[in-house]
Amino acid sequence: MKLSNIGRAQESTLSLGSASKKSGFNRYQSRAAYFLIAPTLILFVIFMVIPIGMAIFLSFTNYDIISTMSWVGLDNFKRLMDDAILWQTFRNVGLLTLFYVPLMIIISLLLAVLVTQPFRGVTLFRLAFYMPTVTSAVAASIVWLWMLNSEYGIVNQLLKYVGITGPAWLSESGPAMASVIAVTLWLGVGGNMIIYMAGIKGIPAQLYEAARIDGASAFKQLIHITFPMLRPTTLLVSTMTIIGALQIFDQAYVLTQGGPANSTKTIVYHIYTTGFEQLQMGFASAQALVLTLTILIFTAINFKINQSKD
Amino acid sequence: MKKDQNLKKLLFYTISSAIAVVMVMPFIWSLLTSIKPDAEIFKIPLQWLPSTITFDHYIEAFESVPFGRYLFNSFYLAIMGVLFNLLFGSMSGYAFAKLKFKGRNVIFAVLLAAMMIPGVVVMIPQYIVLNNMPLMGGNDILGQGGHGLLNNFWAVILPGAAGSFAVFFMRQFFLTLPDEYMESARIDGCSEFRIYWNLYLPLTKPALATLGIFTFQAGWNSFLWPLIVLNDRSLYTVQIGLQAFTFDKQTAYGPMMAATVVIILPVIAIFMYLQKYFIEGANFSGIKS
Repeated sequence: MKLSNIGRAQESTLSLGSASKKSGFNRYQSRAAYFLIAPTLILFVIFMVIPIGMAIFLSFTNYDIISTMSWVGLDNFKRLMDDAILWQTFRNVGLLTLFYVPLMIIISLLLAVLVTQPFRGVTLFRLAFYMPTVTSAVAASIVWLWMLNSEYGIVNQLLKYVGITGPAWLSESGPAMASVIAVTLWLGVGGNMIIYMAGIKGIPAQLYEAARIDGASAFKQLIHITFPMLRPTTLLVSTMTIIGALQIFDQAYVLTQGGPANSTKTIVYHIYTTGFEQLQMGFASAQALVLTLTILIFTAINFKINQSKD
Repeated sequence: MKKDQNLKKLLFYTISSAIAVVMVMPFIWSLLTSIKPDAEIFKIPLQWLPSTITFDHYIEAFESVPFGRYLFNSFYLAIMGVLFNLLFGSMSGYAFAKLKFKGRNVIFAVLLAAMMIPGVVVMIPQYIVLNNMPLMGGNDILGQGGHGLLNNFWAVILPGAAGSFAVFFMRQFFLTLPDEYMESARIDGCSEFRIYWNLYLPLTKPALATLGIFTFQAGWNSFLWPLIVLNDRSLYTVQIGLQAFTFDKQTAYGPMMAATVVIILPVIAIFMYLQKYFIEGANFSGIKS
C-alpha cells in the first residue's frame, strides 16, 4: 500500500517533470510554427477574412468607388427583386446545372470505367480524355467558336454529310445553351474521370467475381456494384460540379457574350457587369451574397440527397 | 468465353476511339486551321488538310497584338504563383503536420472551411482591398488617394499566394513522413526552421512538383481575376489578350486559331512531358474529401 503510494508519487513527479520540460520545449516549437504559418495567415486575413466581412457590409451600402458611400439598409435587396436580368441569369444557370451536372457524372464515370479496362492502349485513351482539362476555358471557347460556326464550322459541315442542317449554334438561344454546356463538359470530364478512376481502383475485386459467378451482366455490375460503391466519390464530384456550374463565367463570356438576348448570361457574368462595368459595387455585393447563399443551399441539398440513399 | 472477350474488346476500342476523336479534334482542327491559307479555311465542303502550309496567320497574330508581351506576363504570373504557393504552402503545411502549437486544429479547420466559400463572394471586396492598400500606388497611409495595387502584377499574385489548397496538399504529404528525423535533429540542436528547410522539404519533391504543375496550370489559365484587376494593355495575360483579340477580329479565324495554338501549346507540352504529376494532382483532389 505504502510502496505503491510512493511509486505513484514518483510517477507523478516524473510526469510533472517531463510535462514542464515538454511545455518549455513546446513554447520553442510553437514559436517556430507561428513563424512558419505567419505569411499564410496574414494573406488569409487580408484577402479572405476581411473581404468576407466587407462583402456583407457592402451589400447594405451604395458603394460605387466614385461617390461617397452611404448606408442604404435593405434597399439593395429590395432592388434585387426587380432585377429582371438577375433572375433570368438564375434561370439560365439553373437550366445549365440541370443538364450539366448529371451529364458530367454519367460521362466521367463511363470514361473512368473505360480507361480502367485491362486492354492495350488504354493509357493513350486516358491521355486523350484528360487533354482538354489542361486547356483554358478561354482558348477552348475560341476553338469551339470556330468549330460551331454555322456556315464553315466543322460541326455543321460534318452534320451536312449525314443530311442534317445544323442550327446557328451560337445565335439561337437553345443551341447556344447546349453549346455552353457541351464545351464545359468537354473541358471538365477528364478531371472527374481521374477522380472516379481512383474510386474504381478501390472497389474490391471479389464483388465482381461474385457477381460474375451469379451471372450478372457487365451492365448490371455497373449499376449494382460500381455505382453504389462509388457513392462517396459521386458526392465529391457532384458537389464540386454544382459549385463550379453555379459560378460559370469564362465560357459564357467568350463563347456567346451571354447572348442571344441574355439567354446564356450567367450569374457571375451579371455580377461582373454590375460591379465592374457599371461600378455598382454595393448592389453587386448583394447579388453575390444571394449567389453564395444559393450555392450553400444546393451543396447542403446535394449532401442530403447523397447521404439519405444509404 | 473467348468470343465474348473479343466482342468486349471491339466494343471498348470502338467507343473509346469515338470519344477520343471528340476530345482531341478541337486541338487538331485549330492547328490545321492555323496553317491553312484563308481560301481553304472557308471552304464548303470542308478541306481537311492544307494544300500548302502557311505561317502567315501566326505572323499576323503576333504583328497585330503583342502576344510576345502577353506570353511573358502570363509566364511571370504563373511562375510567381508557383513559387509563393510552394514556399508558403510547404511552410504552413509542415507546421500543421509536424509541429504542436496552440490553436493548430482550429486554424487549420478555418483554412479548410475557406475552401468551401465560393470565389465570387470575395471578388468585389478583394478588389477594394487592393485599391485601398496603404502606401501603395499613390495611396496614403489610410489607403486613400491612389489606385493601390490595382493594375499591378501583385494584384494577381498576392491574393492567390498562399492558397488553402496548397497548405492542405502539403500538410497531407508531410503527414506521411516519419517524425524520427525531426527528433534526432532536435537532439543534435538543429533549429526548427532548418529541420523544415534542410531535412523535410527535400523529401517532398514529388509533392512540390505536382502542386507546382497544378498551380502553374491554374495561373496560366486564369481569366476573370486578371481581367478585373489588370486594365493596362501592357499588363494583359495571354487569356485576356486572346479574348480581346478575338473580340476585335470576329471572323479572322486563321490568326485566331494561330493565337490559340500558341497559348494552348505550353500547357499541353508540359502536360505531355509531366503527365504523371498531373494525374497525381487530379487524384489528390479526389482524396481530399
